[in-house]
Amino acid sequence: MLLPRSGFQGFIGQSCQKGADLAPGVLRELLGVDIELMNADTETNVDTARTRAERLIQEGAHVLVGAFDSGQTAAVAQVAEQRGVPLIVNIAAAPQITEQGYRFVFRNFQTAPEIVKNGLSLIGDLLSSTGAEPKSAVFMHVNDTFGQAMAKGILATLPGLTQLPLRLADTISYDPAAKDLTVEVSRAKAAKADLLLLVCRLNDAILLRREMVKQRWQPMGVLSPGSPGMYEQQFIQALGKHAEHCISNVPWYNPKAELTRRVEQAFLRQNPKDRLVFHGLNVGFTFEAVLVAADAFRRAQSVDPRALAEAIRQTHIESKMMLGAPIKFNAKGQVEGIGSACVQNLNQMPRVVLPAAAAEAKPVFPMPGYKA
Amino acid sequence: MPVELILNVVLSGVLTGLVYGLMALGLSVIFGVVRVVNFAHGELMTLSMYGAVAMFQRFGLDPLLSLPALALCFFGLGYALQSLLIQRFVTRPEHSQFMLLLAVAVCLANAQLMLFGPDARNVSVDYQLDSLELGPLLIDVPRLYAGGAALCASLAMFAFFRHSRVGKAIRACADNYRGAQVVGLPIRRLYALTFGLGCACVAVAGCALTLLVDVTPALGPAYTLLGFVIVIVGGLGSMLGALLGGLLIGVSEALAGLLLTPSAKSMVSFGLLILVLLSRPQGLLGRRA
Amino acid sequence: MSARQAALGLGALALLGFPQLAGAYALSLATLVLYLATTGQAWNLMMGFAGQLSLGHALYVGIGAYSAGALFFHFGIGPWIGVWVAIACSLSVALLLGGLAFRFGISGVYFALLTIAFAEFTRVAFDHSDWLGGPGGMFLEVGQRDHWDLVHFRGPPSLYYYAALGLALGTLGLCTWLSRGRAGYYWRAIREDEAAAQALGIDTFRWKLLAVLASSAISATSGVFLAFYQNNLFPEQVFHISRSIEILLGPVIGGVGTLLGPIFGSLLLTLLSDGATELLGALGWELPGTKQVLYGLALLCVVVFLPNGVWPALYQAWGRRRPRLPP
Repeated sequence: MLLPRSGFQGFIGQSCQKGADLAPGVLRELLGVDIELMNADTETNVDTARTRAERLIQEGAHVLVGAFDSGQTAAVAQVAEQRGVPLIVNIAAAPQITEQGYRFVFRNFQTAPEIVKNGLSLIGDLLSSTGAEPKSAVFMHVNDTFGQAMAKGILATLPGLTQLPLRLADTISYDPAAKDLTVEVSRAKAAKADLLLLVCRLNDAILLRREMVKQRWQPMGVLSPGSPGMYEQQFIQALGKHAEHCISNVPWYNPKAELTRRVEQAFLRQNPKDRLVFHGLNVGFTFEAVLVAADAFRRAQSVDPRALAEAIRQTHIESKMMLGAPIKFNAKGQVEGIGSACVQNLNQMPRVVLPAAAAEAKPVFPMPGYKA
Repeated sequence: MPVELILNVVLSGVLTGLVYGLMALGLSVIFGVVRVVNFAHGELMTLSMYGAVAMFQRFGLDPLLSLPALALCFFGLGYALQSLLIQRFVTRPEHSQFMLLLAVAVCLANAQLMLFGPDARNVSVDYQLDSLELGPLLIDVPRLYAGGAALCASLAMFAFFRHSRVGKAIRACADNYRGAQVVGLPIRRLYALTFGLGCACVAVAGCALTLLVDVTPALGPAYTLLGFVIVIVGGLGSMLGALLGGLLIGVSEALAGLLLTPSAKSMVSFGLLILVLLSRPQGLLGRRA
Repeated sequence: MSARQAALGLGALALLGFPQLAGAYALSLATLVLYLATTGQAWNLMMGFAGQLSLGHALYVGIGAYSAGALFFHFGIGPWIGVWVAIACSLSVALLLGGLAFRFGISGVYFALLTIAFAEFTRVAFDHSDWLGGPGGMFLEVGQRDHWDLVHFRGPPSLYYYAALGLALGTLGLCTWLSRGRAGYYWRAIREDEAAAQALGIDTFRWKLLAVLASSAISATSGVFLAFYQNNLFPEQVFHISRSIEILLGPVIGGVGTLLGPIFGSLLLTLLSDGATELLGALGWELPGTKQVLYGLALLCVVVFLPNGVWPALYQAWGRRRPRLPP
C-alpha cells in the first residue's frame, strides 16, 4: 500500500488506508484468501513514492496498490513496470497513467475525461428527472492537476451537449492553496448565473460555500460534475445546514450491492465512530484494488509477480462494490465503464439520488432558498 | 464591472490586509531590530491559530477573547526562543540563521501535524456567517472584527515603540548598534524582548486569522513568504510600512483576483516584490540601510 | 601506494560496482543522493564560493528540466541536444536575475528573497502554461527500460545511477578546478569583503554574475537528468520552495564553501531520512509527522553545534596531522 499519509494529502491517504485495513478480513471471508498488507507513506512527495516503492518490492511485496495522487502514482508506475511487479491504481485520474504502454499497471478508476463525461450526463439526468431548467452556469475550478484536467474536459464537452442547454457565464480558476476566496465568489456572484458548477477539493469547497453564505448568494444548485469535497465529512461538519443539498457527481459505491454491505460492516467494526458514507470513494476503490489483487492471487495460485500480472489481466469480477460495469481491464490496463452517481447531501449525509436503480433518496433540486 | 463589486472586493481586501499587516509587523520588528530572518514566522502563526482553536474547543472562547492569553504566551515563547537559541546566531552568516529557523519551522509544523492531525480545523463562532449590509456594501462580520482587532493591536505596537522608554531603547538598537552599546543599553535583553513582541504580534494575527481561515499544519510557509513580501514592499524597519504594505498586498491581490485569473493572483505579489527590490529596495517607507 | 591512494582506489571501485552490489532500493537511494549532490554543489558554488545566498535554486533546475522535457515532449528531441537548450534557457534567466540584482546592488537577505520571488513567480506562470503541461503536468514518454539507450537516455536504473555519478563527479571536478583558479580566489575575496575586493580592482559585478551563471548551468543539467529520470514534471513540485530548500540542505549540513561538503551532506541527509523511517517502522510508530520532527531536530543540532558543517568537523577530527581548513 503506497499512500500519502503525511504531507498535505495526509488526510486523504489516511482515509484510503481505512479501506485497505478492512480488506484482509473481508477478503478472507469472501474468497478464502489471506492477504498481508505492507504499508508505506509516500509523504505526498514524488521522490519518496519512488524510493518507498522500491523498498516495498525489495521487502517482498507481490503487488503494489496506490497512490492517490497522479504524480506519485506515475513515479510508482515506473518502478512497477521496471521491476515487473503489478501496480493496481486505486485512485488517480490523469489519463496518461494508462497511456504509457505499461504492461504492469492497472487502474480501476475513471480517468478525468470519463469522470467529466459521466458527471455531465448525470447533470442532464438530474435536470430531466426534476424538471428544472437553469439557463446559465458559472464554472469555478481549482487550478491544480486534477482541476485543470477536469476543466479542460468540461469546457470541451459542455458546449456540445445539446440536452444540457447551459450557457457558461464565466469561468473562474482559483489557486488551491488560496485561503481567501472572497474575490472569486464575488466575481461568480456577479455573473448572475442560475447554477454553480464546481471542481474543487475539500478545503476550498468549505471556504467557497461559507463565502457564498456570507455574500448571500444562493444559486439554483451547487453542483460538482466530478470532484471531491462536498460529500466529505469535514465539509458537512464544518458547514452544517449550509452543506445541505450540495451535489457531487462522482464514482461511488452502489448502496444496494451485497459487497457494499459486507464492507460497511467491516468498516463499522474497525471504525465504530465513523461512517462508511463519508469515505465512500476512498475506501471503496482502495478496497476494490486489494480485491483485484486477492482475486488474481486466487486464480494464479502463485505469488510470482508475472503470473499475478497475467491473472490480473484476466480479471472479471461481476459482484463488486462500486457502481458500473464489471471489473475487467482492457489492453491498456484500464477498467472501462466505471459508473458515477449523483450524490446529494441530505440530512447531513451524502446520499445517492441517481441513477434511480441505486438511489437511496430522491434528488432535491432546485435548492430550497433559491430565488430566481 | 459593477462598481459595487469593486467596492466590496476592495473592502474585504483592506480588512484582510490589516491582519496580514499585523503579522508582517511582527516580522518587521524582528527583522529590523534583531536582524534575524525569521523563517519560522508562518509556523508560529499556525501554532497560535491552533491555540485559538483549542481554546475554543475546550472553553468555548471566541478567538478574540483568547487573544490576550495567547499573546502573553507567545511573548514568553519568543523571549525564550531568542535568548536560548537564536542569540548566538545573531552574528552568524545569513544562511546559518536561515537553516536554524528552517529547522525550527520543520519541527513546529510537524509537531503540529502529530498533535492535531492533518485535517483542517476551524472555529465556528456565532457570527461566523453573518454579514452587514451598508448600502451596496456587504461587510463580512468576522472579517470586520478580525481587521479591527489587527488594527488595535498595530496601534498599540506603534504607541509602545513611539512613547515608551523600552520602545525607544529598542529602536535605538535597531538604528545604531554601536551607539546603543556605547550608551549602555542591555542589548541582549532588548533583543529578546523584541522577539517576544514580534511573536506576540504573530499570536494576535493568528487569533484574528482563525476567524477567517481554517488552519492546517501546512499553512505556515505561505504566510512566512507573504510576510516577507509585505515587509520588503512596505519597508524594513518601518512599522507603518508593514501595515501599509499589508493593505497594499491585500487590496492588490483582491483586485488581481477580480481582473485577472484568480489563480494567478500570487504572481502579482511576487511581481510587486521583484519590482520593489529592484527599484526601491528600502521599500515604500523604509530608510536606506 | 599510500594509504590515501588505496582508499581512493577502493572507493572508486565501490562506486563503480555499486549497482551490482546493492539492491534496487539502495540503488534508487544512491541515485537520489548523487542527484542532490550535484545540485548541492551547484548551489554551493554560488553561496560557498561567492557568498550569494540563493533560496530559489529550484528555478534553474526546473527551467532546465522543462526545457529539455518540452523539446522531447513536443518535438521528440533527445536529451543530448536538449541539455544545451536547457543550459541556454537557464543561463538567460540567471543573467536576468543576476544582472538586475547586482546592477541594483541587491545583496544578502534581499537577494535571497529576490530568488524566492523569481522562483514562485515562475511556478505560478508555468502553472498557467498549457504548452508546458500546466498544473496537469508534463508526462514524458518512457520507451523502454531494459537495455541502455544512450541516445534517448532510457534504460534500467543502473543507467541513471551511472549518469548521476558522472554528473556528481564531473561537477566536483569543475568546482575543484574553478576553486583553485583565478575565479576561486576572486570569489572568495568577494565573499569575505566585497568592498575590499572592489577596492583591489576586482570587477565584482562580473564575477558575481559568473558565479550565478555557472551555478545555474550546472543546475540546469541536473534538471535535465531529473526530467528524464522522473518522466513527469509538475510546476507545483518542480519549482516549489521545498525543492529549493532540499537543494541547499546538503551543502549547509555538509559544509558550505567546501568541495566535498555538499556530497557528504546529501549522503548524510538521505541516510538520516531513511534511517528515521526505518527506526520508526521498527518501533511500530506510525504517527505521520514524527519522522519530519526527528529530521528537524537533527538539523537543528547540526546547525547549532557544527556551524561549519559536518564535513569540516570530521576532516579536522580525522586529519589531526594536517588540520588545515578546507578552501
